[in-house]
Amino acid sequence: MTIQQLWVAFSTIFVKEIRRFTRIWVQTLLPPAIMMALYFVIFGNLIGSRIGNMGGFDYMEFIVPGLIMMSVITNSYGNVVSSFFGMKFQHSIEEILVSPVPNWVVLLGYVMGGVGRGLAVGFIVTLLSLGFTDLSIDHIWVTISVVFLTAVLFSIAGLINAIFATKFDDISIVPTFVLTPLTYLGGVFYSISLLPEFWQMVSQLNPILYMVNAFRYGILGVSDVDITHSYLMIIGFIVLGFSYSLHLLNKGQGIRT
Amino acid sequence: MIKALEISKLSKIYAGGHQALNDISFSVEQGDFFALLGPNGAGKSTILGIVSSLVNKTSGQVNIFGYDLDKDLVKAKTCLGVVPQEFNFNQFEKVGDILITQAGYYGIPAKVAKEKCDFYLKKLGLWEKRDVPSRMLSGGMKRRLMIARALVHEPKLLILDEPTAGVDIELRRSMWEFLKEINAQGTTIILTTHYLEEAEALCRNIAIINQGSILENTSKKLLLQSMNIETFILELDRSLDQLPEVEGFEVRLNEDGGLEVDINKGDNINQLFEKLKPFDWSVISIRSRSNRLEELFLDLVQAGNQA
Repeated sequence: MTIQQLWVAFSTIFVKEIRRFTRIWVQTLLPPAIMMALYFVIFGNLIGSRIGNMGGFDYMEFIVPGLIMMSVITNSYGNVVSSFFGMKFQHSIEEILVSPVPNWVVLLGYVMGGVGRGLAVGFIVTLLSLGFTDLSIDHIWVTISVVFLTAVLFSIAGLINAIFATKFDDISIVPTFVLTPLTYLGGVFYSISLLPEFWQMVSQLNPILYMVNAFRYGILGVSDVDITHSYLMIIGFIVLGFSYSLHLLNKGQGIRT
Repeated sequence: MIKALEISKLSKIYAGGHQALNDISFSVEQGDFFALLGPNGAGKSTILGIVSSLVNKTSGQVNIFGYDLDKDLVKAKTCLGVVPQEFNFNQFEKVGDILITQAGYYGIPAKVAKEKCDFYLKKLGLWEKRDVPSRMLSGGMKRRLMIARALVHEPKLLILDEPTAGVDIELRRSMWEFLKEINAQGTTIILTTHYLEEAEALCRNIAIINQGSILENTSKKLLLQSMNIETFILELDRSLDQLPEVEGFEVRLNEDGGLEVDINKGDNINQLFEKLKPFDWSVISIRSRSNRLEELFLDLVQAGNQA
């Protein structure tokens, strides 16, 4: 295929994905907006006012970056896992498999679709947060690059989950039993400096901690971890995840007999 | 001339150990209308699955218009359009969007894709339904949608797996006409079907497959010529209760009280009527039994099973 044909194929998948989550916005965009608004009201306003400072900031200011990141992670992951598994379930994945579009273009198309939803939800949650606190961004490029790379990483993770999934249960196990605990324990609601030394060390094994803190650094200028480590970790996982998912697609894992 | 499809020593063993294809080889000429016949589980869909890259082969070689699936997959896929047996489109997408998206996977820009989409939707009687979610279509319309989708990038080889399953007679006939038309325009067509009448009406060449092996691969004409007995059904002016003895002919009573007579190819039918003269009943109509191919198919498959 020529470069132009590859671009058409990529944008076809990307636009199809954007059209899918905007068509079902009541299921995809509205729930995270409502959930995050409740977090802002309950944790930020009601409970947060009694907590006082966290990491040198109002509790509300402290949790806003974490909550934005949480919604980006769950939505980019959720978009790809449900869309790709849905195509497998309906066998409409065969439309792509019989066509000449290369697997790396398929991978990029789905990942960018997931990034699209992750960033759309992140943007909505950011707008909502403005109703509760003033948001000034300390390092704009760190903020943008970290949120984008994190959305890429979790879209890839969602795709890998969808490739292996054989039933609907399989696409909810990882988000429920892995993603949610790691996110809640990844420094969204607290600074790990509050933890005993042992649990601080355990927390540092959680990759989501690095993403949440890098994003918080972008917005507030503070972080529990080294930002360079965060970038290395996110990019390292992206390279690994992209290579692995491309290998799975080339092998036909879960999609070819 | 390069073959539209060339399959050489193709084998497929599924993960459970089931051998679906056993070292089969056959080819399809450009412009041909080719039928792949066989009972359920014979391996037809596995062949089509491998050709359309949905099933990984165990060994062997597949060339589509000279492009090896192992070496020139992209070019091979560009030549191919696939109409599967089961509905495999997104039930929530609109009819028009399904076609334009499919064209996009082949790198066809949206403007050109729209023109092709409009053309094939009109051609297949789906134009009025272009903005309807595909799940709202009737069974026949869904089949036509899959044909339109397979043609939107104008492939040189179209493969159809049971294209008229569950389609009413009128629609089946109109689909036959459409397939004949695109074949006449140069598209090579390979189909599998359970309706042997369909293969007899449409195809020029036929391969019969059973238990993963090719039993017969020849032209329909030669295949039918290989039948040396033709069966005629005689309708009588009354129903018979007892089988009459007709010297020199094998005669059977059918369930309507008429007669079925097997006549060797080349035998004189006049002789039959000479022998029937003495009886006190008359023949009021005579017709050749249809589904000749079905007879032959069953003979071949049964012989294959016994071997």
